[in-house]
Amino acid sequence: MTKKTSLSSKLYTALVFIFLYAPIAVLILFSFNSGKSTSVFEGFSLYWYKELFNDAATLDAFKNSMIVAVASSIIATVMGTAAATAIFGYKNKLLKSSIMTVTNIPMMNPEIVTGISMMLLFVFVGSLFGKTGTLGFGTLIIAHTTFELPYVILNVLPKLRQTDPHLSEAAQDLGCTPFQAFFKVVLPAIMPGIISGLMMAFTLSVDDFIISYFVSGTSSQTLPIRIFSMTKRRVTPDMYALSTLIFLAILVLLVVSNLVSAHGDKKLSKKGGAKK
Amino acid sequence: MNQKSSLMTKLSGSPYIVWAVLFIIVPLCMVAYYAFTDKTGAFTIDNMAQISKYADTFILSIWLGLLATVICLVIAYPLAYIMASKGPEKQSTMTMLIMLPMWMNFLLRTYSWMTILEDNGLLTSALNSVVDFINNTAGLSLDPVHLINTRGAVVVGMVYNFLPYMILPIYTVMLKSDRSLVEAAQDLGGNRLDVFRNVTLPLSVPGIVSGFTMVFVPSVSTFYISQKLGGTGTILIGDIIETQFQTANNFNLGASLSFVLMILIFICLAVMNRFSDDDGGVII
Amino acid sequence: MSNNIIELKNISVAFDGQQIIENMNLYIRDKEFITFLGPSGCGKTTTLRMIAGFQEPDSGDVFFEGKKINGVPPHKRQLNTIFQRYALFPHLNVYENIAFGLRLKKTPEKEIKAAVTEMLELINLKGFERRNISSLSGGQQQRVAIARALVVKPRVLLLDEPLGALDLKLRKDMQVELKNIQKRLGITFIYVTHDQEEALSMSDTIVVMDSGVIQQIGTPTDIYNEPKNAFVADFIGESNIIEGVMKDDFWVEMAGHKFKCLDKGFGVDEEVDVVVRPEDVDVVPVDKAMISGVVTSITFKGVYYEIIVEIKGFKWMIQSTDFQAVGSTIGLVVEPDAIHIMKKSQYSGLYGDYSSFSEEFDELSVAEVDEDEEE
Repeated sequence: MTKKTSLSSKLYTALVFIFLYAPIAVLILFSFNSGKSTSVFEGFSLYWYKELFNDAATLDAFKNSMIVAVASSIIATVMGTAAATAIFGYKNKLLKSSIMTVTNIPMMNPEIVTGISMMLLFVFVGSLFGKTGTLGFGTLIIAHTTFELPYVILNVLPKLRQTDPHLSEAAQDLGCTPFQAFFKVVLPAIMPGIISGLMMAFTLSVDDFIISYFVSGTSSQTLPIRIFSMTKRRVTPDMYALSTLIFLAILVLLVVSNLVSAHGDKKLSKKGGAKK
Repeated sequence: MNQKSSLMTKLSGSPYIVWAVLFIIVPLCMVAYYAFTDKTGAFTIDNMAQISKYADTFILSIWLGLLATVICLVIAYPLAYIMASKGPEKQSTMTMLIMLPMWMNFLLRTYSWMTILEDNGLLTSALNSVVDFINNTAGLSLDPVHLINTRGAVVVGMVYNFLPYMILPIYTVMLKSDRSLVEAAQDLGGNRLDVFRNVTLPLSVPGIVSGFTMVFVPSVSTFYISQKLGGTGTILIGDIIETQFQTANNFNLGASLSFVLMILIFICLAVMNRFSDDDGGVII
Repeated sequence: MSNNIIELKNISVAFDGQQIIENMNLYIRDKEFITFLGPSGCGKTTTLRMIAGFQEPDSGDVFFEGKKINGVPPHKRQLNTIFQRYALFPHLNVYENIAFGLRLKKTPEKEIKAAVTEMLELINLKGFERRNISSLSGGQQQRVAIARALVVKPRVLLLDEPLGALDLKLRKDMQVELKNIQKRLGITFIYVTHDQEEALSMSDTIVVMDSGVIQQIGTPTDIYNEPKNAFVADFIGESNIIEGVMKDDFWVEMAGHKFKCLDKGFGVDEEVDVVVRPEDVDVVPVDKAMISGVVTSITFKGVYYEIIVEIKGFKWMIQSTDFQAVGSTIGLVVEPDAIHIMKKSQYSGLYGDYSSFSEEFDELSVAEVDEDEEE
């Protein structure tokens, strides 16, 4: 590549990244604002961070988010992994493709439609039993599990395709029952896919607003819903402080996991080198 | 596989199948059910008849969604191309940097744009001081810039929120496509433009299609972005559906609007897929 | 009877209406090295999987030491399998892979250690205990797979094209190594391959199969020298298969000449298939020849030349150490012991003519056979 194009591509990249990070920079900046404004910076202070930790409703919402995310991602991972193994094993092509089509629906459908469709189901079933307050933790967890499932399945399926089809047979050959063979051999082999599915499910759950918005009751506000109700009015910078903390936590997590995997690669290549 | 283990495999899929029927298929049937009934549960096509009142909203939503998607594509494509040509370490850093903003809460990211675009916000005041300067020096009387509560602001919000969903699929496809194909094409005497048009672009079509889907669907159906950045002037179909469920309590109308939205989106995607079959003719 | 470790009786298997194995009967003796040899899709892998217990026959019975084992799951059978791509457990190191079977049997840790160490010695991988499976070469992985199966002391070891993924040199070494291991441990090896050379050099007994039917069972020499039909003759080694007519006991007419042979018991004027191996044909001056023909191509093969000669419209392949120019007429002599007479079969006329023969063609068909025999 010539110098000129390389320079323009660098400039272009820089511009896109400025666009992506400008709002985040603004957000972080104003989280340290001593004033209440989110557009005029009055001076540096940690006041809003202190406010944040005194805000019981927000902390409560955070706790709710965690409960829903943990519960739904575990259910989705267990059920999704079992489903992926089953789908992988199905010989019937029609059955296989129809299951995959249904699996794709929550990913293709607009979230708002998914959200209201589940809300309608819950309200309808509730009305059958003459209840009104059906929406709550239960419905949140069901809804989150539903939209997380496709991601778990799509993470596990490729791993199953990559593993040696005779792995389970080899274990049975050495004395495992089919059940033991799955847990001792197949499961460890597809574990990376399961873990990434679990992580994806967890983050999608923590991040979800639209679907939660329709299926949560008043007692089960998650963090995004809390943020939504706050942004309805004038937002105070404690929300900014909160997202700055979340941002930092994710940044650290990503950097660490990148370092760990890079370290692992290095170790592996060292081993490979020693062999020769 | 012997009979026992294959039976076990089949059984392990049944919880999911039951779940998918109960919570994916049945809810969609519920949407159809509510769309064609009234508050007492009696069959009616009144809700559907009312849809025509919202035709303008539908058109506006699809128009703004398409606009945002195309802008995303225009911004994302060169970036994906640049990324794919970088060394592996730079690539993983850049991928991380593109994914990172997606982890920020989407509501707050949008809200942050509100503060940037506000009348006394950062960008607006900066632009207005430029306008003032021009007015003072050239003796003109240009109007001050107004950014918030415009359709433009809504499109910016959409582009900002969903841009990574366009970059990443295109980048992934470019990465997977064989570099030696490009070299082979150059070897056969193609200049860089030829190679791009005949090799790189057609090969990246699957990425474009999935990026298109991932940006278009949430853009068309959004309600938060339009509420925060569009003010009262830009009401999208998502806003109307949200109102029916959260404040107006007219589930039946809301369901019929969602029903139509869903069908419209599937038609758009089908058309898109149709186009992509004729080796990428859609972009040229 | 008492010497048979495995017996298959009237076995039939079909997948999706397609007959894979048809009424098969087979007895496998204890401690022998037996090879199922045949092209892709001939049913050899299915037979092996049936013995291992991964596949149940549609009809017929499988016996192990005289006891019927139909329906006994794989983990309860005293047989172990070496899989095509080894199927080593990627999350376990070499030591743990080999120890896997013993752990399941709740063997004391001390015994496991001793057994694994012994196995590592057997397969020449001492010091590799803690190594990751992915850091091993193909040959090393193969040997770990063998150790993993042998450590549980099976009565029978089943090997499903175990050398298919290795390169030629390594393959030859492993053939010798496998044969040695079998002899040393004195257990039965049931080996599946499509490679006739591998089968000939390792086996005590070869079972040649095609389309789910056993074509011939015999020692490597029997199979090579006395093929039962055109399929076997063609599949094992190179052969010219010529249509002939038995004129009398010990006399066969082919290519317009009456040859003396060692075969008898056919009807007078019975049509037969005659096998002549290329290395058994002698090139002589035309005036001393039994038959003569025109050289249509010659290829240098290192030790010998491979010459295609056209005789009465049929192309023969002969191997000779002398060069013959293309277009020249040469004379040939075939001694009685070089002639093998076979009864006509469904395979008559399908094989043994070298008119369409070419190097590429040969390689192509080998590549095809190399594909997995997934059934």
